[in-house]
Amino acid sequence: MTDRDYSFRTRAVHVGNEVDPATGAVIPPLHFASTFRQPGAGVWGQYDYSRSGNPTRTALQNTLASLEGACGSLAFSTGMAAIHCVTMLLSPGDQILAASDIYGGAYRLFHKICGSAGIGVTLVDFTKPDVVAAAILPNTKLLWGETIGNPQMSIVDLPAIAKIARDANVLFGVDNTFGTPALLRPLEHGVDIVMHSATKYLGGHSDCLGGTLAVSNPELRDKLYYIQNATGAVLDPMSCFLLSRGLKTLDIRVRAQSETAMRLAKWLCDQPRVSRVLYPGLVDHPGHAIASRLMGDHFGSMITFELLADKAGTAAVCQSTKLFCLAVSLGAVESLIEQPATMSHASYAAHDRERFGITDGLIRISVGLESFEDLRDDLAAAMDATA
Amino acid sequence: MATDTRPSNPVTSDISRNHADANIGMSTRSVHAGELRQKSEGAISTPMYCASTFTFESTDSLLRFVEGEEEREEYGRYGNPNERSVERKLAAIEGAEMGIVYSSGMAAIVGLLMSKLSSGDEIIFFDQCYHRSREFCSKHLARFGVTTHQVTTGDFDAMAAAINDRTKMLVSESPTNPHLTCIDLEKFVDVGKSHGVETLIDATLATPYNLRPVEYGVDYVLHSATKYLGGHNDLLAGVICGTTESLQSVRNLRGILGSVNSPHNLYLLERGLKTFELRMQRHNENGMRIAEFLHSHPRVDRVYYPGLASHPSHSIAAAQMRGFGGLITFTVRDADWKQTSRVVDATRIARIAPSLGGVETLIEQPLVMSYYHCTPEDRKRFGIEDNMIRLACGIENTDDLIADLDQALSQ
Repeated sequence: MTDRDYSFRTRAVHVGNEVDPATGAVIPPLHFASTFRQPGAGVWGQYDYSRSGNPTRTALQNTLASLEGACGSLAFSTGMAAIHCVTMLLSPGDQILAASDIYGGAYRLFHKICGSAGIGVTLVDFTKPDVVAAAILPNTKLLWGETIGNPQMSIVDLPAIAKIARDANVLFGVDNTFGTPALLRPLEHGVDIVMHSATKYLGGHSDCLGGTLAVSNPELRDKLYYIQNATGAVLDPMSCFLLSRGLKTLDIRVRAQSETAMRLAKWLCDQPRVSRVLYPGLVDHPGHAIASRLMGDHFGSMITFELLADKAGTAAVCQSTKLFCLAVSLGAVESLIEQPATMSHASYAAHDRERFGITDGLIRISVGLESFEDLRDDLAAAMDATA
Repeated sequence: MATDTRPSNPVTSDISRNHADANIGMSTRSVHAGELRQKSEGAISTPMYCASTFTFESTDSLLRFVEGEEEREEYGRYGNPNERSVERKLAAIEGAEMGIVYSSGMAAIVGLLMSKLSSGDEIIFFDQCYHRSREFCSKHLARFGVTTHQVTTGDFDAMAAAINDRTKMLVSESPTNPHLTCIDLEKFVDVGKSHGVETLIDATLATPYNLRPVEYGVDYVLHSATKYLGGHNDLLAGVICGTTESLQSVRNLRGILGSVNSPHNLYLLERGLKTFELRMQRHNENGMRIAEFLHSHPRVDRVYYPGLASHPSHSIAAAQMRGFGGLITFTVRDADWKQTSRVVDATRIARIAPSLGGVETLIEQPLVMSYYHCTPEDRKRFGIEDNMIRLACGIENTDDLIADLDQALSQ
């Protein structure tokens, strides 16, 4: 099945899911083998050792490459392992120019781990291409952003930043976890590397960890594969299987979740205890026009809103919901709720939290597959009970 | 038999207690119902309990269990936390008090019938039914002294006439396979109730999204959970839903016969159910649009799909069902069996395989797949035509599937 022939949803079901030639099984078997018998001494078969390659992982990578429009993809044990692999393309003295509202784990990796390896990091507002262009230094080797920033839900103008990166001969990588390939395919907009925490929408069921990279340049793919194989943070066969299974319903899940999120965002705007709602689907969101251009009419299931309450009052709402589960992570069938200041962005230094608008009253929700009415009633009850 | 008294999800445990509550969305149920609100270690998803047996901390604790003071797990064949969780979820989705899962759909119907029937009893089937169900009853239950009668599908007078004081169960599928005949459940239940005979509906092809047999008063609802409920063509399972009282003996017998699922399988089933509503909406959309496409295609003679006005069961289906599922049977115009095979072989997306209800579209020619060793007379009796194709639509893009069928029919 070639990419040009079929639409996204059909490819999500079939690419990488080829019928097993040995048995005709409609689902390929899971290969737990750590090692593979070789045709002869010094003669290597397609698979030799599972860190270097595994058929179940290959199947997942083929599906994902098709969905991203990539020449290849790599599956890692976590999203952080995938980002770490990208940073290992750099050398001491190089600099990363990253968006100012990236995930707390990426912030920590860039500052604490890359920092001790002699790699510098500067954070700037990626929603302003001029600011990004002006911040590029001769030793800048990587631009790193998120297609939908977190928790502000900021939207990066991917074609504009991609052009800046290309002109400066700098790699441009994005974390597209919040966008998902169902709604947004960054490689089509000139991005060099697209990364996912596959733990989120791609797996979609809150039951496996994983990370992925996809690229459209074969040379870059080979470099990243070399690093992955040399450092070893590969995804296990069981998680690869669960991810592949999750990808089959990715399109219908993300669209249903986005539709519910849109209705919840509009409802939240009318709530007296809510001072602002950050959702790219709302016309008054600063990134709405770019989001519409890049994503069409579905905007994902992540909503941030600010409560008229202090840290404790905000925590009380997060702890009072019955359907929304108090937990970090996102993108799955179950709705989740969290307080960025004390949970997802606790890794930020206090002054950076303040600088980037991560206030104590912020609440971030990830909208699952439950019905709109049930979720709305749950949020309303939690806000009423703690008012 | 132990039943779990630990707090389940407070929102969704209400569903189990008040199964007529239509206020809770189907998708909310399929994501949350049946699961513990607070799971081990605070995990969001149900942990997989691979334990074959469950330990007692002391003889006192064991005594509390055997004396019925404490309800808990004992040995994997009698129950497992993963089984408990998915059984409660299935019951909530079905709107039934209880669900019992089996290692396959056949194990489920066998488990029910073995529990409910004794030597000398009789059962009555509508004659359009899964050929293995028919085979089990006519060949194997017969060895234990149970008599099976078959009457024409939908002929309630014939069914009533076949009932005597030894009749214990009336059995039907709705829709049937492969003709998609839909049974008027009000009439079916009425025949059973007026004669004091229990009723069983195999609603595998409908699913609880499209058909609610419990609301019509059907006593037992059977599903091959391998199909739409699991939904990913990667597990086998069966389920029987009904009242707690009527299913207790069935559960006890399963504990003896042992046709239970592994924790891995139960976990995959629970996971599959989370997207149940979404998948069904797509199966229904694909089924309806592709049936319409086939209906208007010059190379197609007849289309069996209950959503089409031309289907003999359409008015019953339209009154009882929310959607009509992904299964379509059609005949190729003026084709012999070999020419029909060529259409099957020419499809590029659909795969040739038995089964249905998964995300991948499957195709088969009933003559070759299931009735190859039948005599032509038997095939005629079962309504299996040489030029018949059964298509089980998956969730792929509708236009892709239509384009694929169009090119296959044009060759």
